[in-house]
Amino acid sequence: MALDAQHTAVRYAVEVAGLCKRYGDVVALNDVGFTVGPGELFGFVGSNGAGKTTTMRIMLGVLAADAGEVRVGGTPIDRETRARIGYMPEERGLYPKMTVRDQLVYLARLHGLSTNDAHTAAENWIRRLGITDRRDDEIQKLSLGNQQRVQLAAALVHDPALLVLDEPFSGLDPVAVDVMSEVLKEKAAQGVPVVFSSHQLALVERLCDRLGIIRDGAMVAVGSIEELTAAATTRLRVGVDGAPGWADDVAGVRVVGDDGDATLLELAQHADEQAVLRAAMAAGRVTEFSRYRATLAELFRNVVVEGTAQ
Amino acid sequence: MTSAVRLVAQRELVLRLRTKWFLIGTLVIVAIMAGYVLLQMSFFGGEDRSRIGFAGQATGLSERVADAAAELDIDVETTTVVDLTAAKADLSDGSLDAVVSGTAAEMRVLVKEELNPRLRAVLTELSRQEVLTAKLAQAGVPDPTAVMAEANAARVDVTAIDPGSAADDQRLAIGVIMVFLLFMSINTYGTFVAQGVVEEKSSRVVEILLATIRPWQLLLGKIIGIGLVGLIQLVAIAAAGIALALAADVLTLSSVAVSTLVWGAIWYLLGFFLYAALFAGSGALVSRQEDAQSVLTPVTLVLVVGFVAGLNVMIVDADGVAARAMSLVPLLSPVLMPGRIAASDVAVWELALAIGLTLATIALVTYLGGRIYHNAVLHTGSRMKLTAALRG
Repeated sequence: MALDAQHTAVRYAVEVAGLCKRYGDVVALNDVGFTVGPGELFGFVGSNGAGKTTTMRIMLGVLAADAGEVRVGGTPIDRETRARIGYMPEERGLYPKMTVRDQLVYLARLHGLSTNDAHTAAENWIRRLGITDRRDDEIQKLSLGNQQRVQLAAALVHDPALLVLDEPFSGLDPVAVDVMSEVLKEKAAQGVPVVFSSHQLALVERLCDRLGIIRDGAMVAVGSIEELTAAATTRLRVGVDGAPGWADDVAGVRVVGDDGDATLLELAQHADEQAVLRAAMAAGRVTEFSRYRATLAELFRNVVVEGTAQ
Repeated sequence: MTSAVRLVAQRELVLRLRTKWFLIGTLVIVAIMAGYVLLQMSFFGGEDRSRIGFAGQATGLSERVADAAAELDIDVETTTVVDLTAAKADLSDGSLDAVVSGTAAEMRVLVKEELNPRLRAVLTELSRQEVLTAKLAQAGVPDPTAVMAEANAARVDVTAIDPGSAADDQRLAIGVIMVFLLFMSINTYGTFVAQGVVEEKSSRVVEILLATIRPWQLLLGKIIGIGLVGLIQLVAIAAAGIALALAADVLTLSSVAVSTLVWGAIWYLLGFFLYAALFAGSGALVSRQEDAQSVLTPVTLVLVVGFVAGLNVMIVDADGVAARAMSLVPLLSPVLMPGRIAASDVAVWELALAIGLTLATIALVTYLGGRIYHNAVLHTGSRMKLTAALRG
């Protein structure tokens, strides 16, 4: 499409800086900031109510921030730039009584496309997302999965220069998850910064270049998966043929869990791996002794759920 | 910026004009009006026409009776009766109203139940003249017919203080119909605005829209779009009604009708904009269609009270103090003023004042309604308190 060529030339970086928002006495956001480079897939992770949706709504201008700003390409975001954002709100919504095609054409035109371009773009995305035979049906008559596809098409139909997607994977069937992942990667490959929130951490881990974790309205970690997991504490996986509980008294060691074959341990900084090994050998035959990297889920649990900030 | 308003308005217009309910609704209302006109026609057509049969000697009187009746504005149809038995049957089944026989001086009238009193007066007068002419001739007056003609030519001279009052009934009818149509249009399409706002909230599509356009653009576009649909329907119905009534001769005041239509359209726009902002603001307070009725009732109530009270006051005396005062109250003038314009003569200053007050109220209400809408449109869940929505 001609539009693509035109837009890939513009490579925006998006900066969110110092966002604050309160509702009465409740602090929803406190100095939230992160940067998403051009062509970067940025995962936005946090518990329910941590401030993801509020941050995204502020990025879209749907909500006003009390302080802080959103910059695109170094300049504060304005109405015109916002029209170039593809947005998928957490609360999905389309006109129930409009047909798929009319809906997409309408949204494309609201974003400034000409009638012709709007029709072309709508048809393209309808074909791409496999809803061609449903294009003249009212939205309310579609299955939930197909409604989600239309919702994605609605976010993409005006060929956005920046994507902000709130929980784009929730409610998708496995096929649609793959389609969605492909589309996000493709848009990123075109140089579009992509911000999306998700509770499916495995997906975030697989897709994202970088991620940010938010807790109680404040960012607690921002970086690549490698950076974040490497910075976390050392973790050991030790298999011992012996009585459980052997590691309980080793200094600087915390038992994280037991996966049946082996005990999972977390070492405090400067704790001695060799002391752990000696304790294990004392307990019984050691079948396995390895260091492993924390998964994103564990990292998330550490940072968010248990509140043990690094 | 304005293109966003145009796009929103266009969507509302196209989507709503395309629904079958718009067409069906419009046709049903036109059909009801056509039925009303036909009813009026049958009243006017059947009421005064009397069919009189003349038998025997009386046959020669038919022309004089017809002339005398025409002079008194009585519509008669005359026939000659040959067979009296058949004529009696015709009287029984109502296809004849009276059978006249005998001479002019001694008329005998056969009727089913009773003789129409006006017809009786015509026939009696004719009979008296006949007797009088004969007596004058007997008394030796040289030219009794000339005397009778002179006597008959005598007329009272009538001066009307308020000419055209015969047309008042028609004007009042036009006014009442206009008031009714305006009330219906403003109420229906105002409710559509509220339902549209709630639909966007309940389907959550409003968040996508507001990520692209501003709240005021969405609201203004919606009001313009729905308002135009209502205007199209109102003008179509009123024009069809006027055309039907003129064609059927029920309505003879075409200039009053046309000016009522034009003023009706103007006042529809004023009234719709006034109430649309109220309806939109109220609709924005709730997130579900089920809750909509409770917030819309107060707005509808104002409209209904204005309509019912105004209509009564107008029918009693369209030019009275009550009607004049009420038609100046901003929330009521859109319904009452056009009714008064049709039914009576409204002073220019009254019209100007009413339009001015309404415009000022529109500005105020649009500001408040827009503010409520702006603050409440993204609020989901329970009904939002009005004070909270105004504060923001």
